[in-house]
Amino acid sequence: MRVPILKQENFLIASVQSALSDVEWERLRDDLADQVGRHRSYGVIVDISALDVLDSFATRTLRSIAYILSLRGAKTVVVGMQPDVAYSMVRLGLSLEHIETGLDLEDGLMILRESLKGGAGPV
Amino acid sequence: MPALSEERRLPIDSEGDIITARQIGREMASRLGFSMSDLTLIATAISEVTRNIVDHAGRGEIDLRVCENGKLQGICIAAHDDGPGIEDVELAMQDGYSSRDGLGLGLPGSRRIMDEFVIESERGKGTNIVMKKWKP
Repeated sequence: MRVPILKQENFLIASVQSALSDVEWERLRDDLADQVGRHRSYGVIVDISALDVLDSFATRTLRSIAYILSLRGAKTVVVGMQPDVAYSMVRLGLSLEHIETGLDLEDGLMILRESLKGGAGPV
Repeated sequence: MPALSEERRLPIDSEGDIITARQIGREMASRLGFSMSDLTLIATAISEVTRNIVDHAGRGEIDLRVCENGKLQGICIAAHDDGPGIEDVELAMQDGYSSRDGLGLGLPGSRRIMDEFVIESERGKGTNIVMKKWKP
């Protein structure tokens, strides 16, 4: 299943709605890299609240999404991580370092709006 | 409480089977009464060992069953493949080591989150992993 990507303000919102296979994760990465350019987006929110597992592959893909989008001039905020998923990541030793995170969609939008206000422009 | 004989053998042929394996494992562990956080740990460990099969051997199988040790009940997960095997298992089980992805926390991470974890592998003879989680 393709992850729906919505445009809101200058931002894109990708809502992951069910467990993704590796191929689907990679498609999300490529779709986002493409669409931040097409929509001239300054920020991307990836909502993972529907995920009950975030394994090493998914973690690595989220990190590469954030890095690729930063090279394309957009900031990434990952929102909605379930408490048990956070616990499992800590136990496994996985990290989302250098990626901004927020509690939920609302929080993510606030983070992106604030970062635009800084006057430094995108990112 | 599931029957002690409950056992599922799942062929692993493609990366889509990774999701199936961890969902079936989570359901089995859930029927055993594991906590939500343990269910997440078990599903994540199943995801890692199954991905190891897909990435390194292409195909193999996962065996999920309820196991007992004295008064303890738990879930036992066996992963088997006839792939190329791992040359240096000790090295592969170190954090950060991976022949493929440069993150390399999948198998060592799984060993950390399960109560028992045994890996046997030999060049040319495939890989067997058996891991168990006991219900507290």
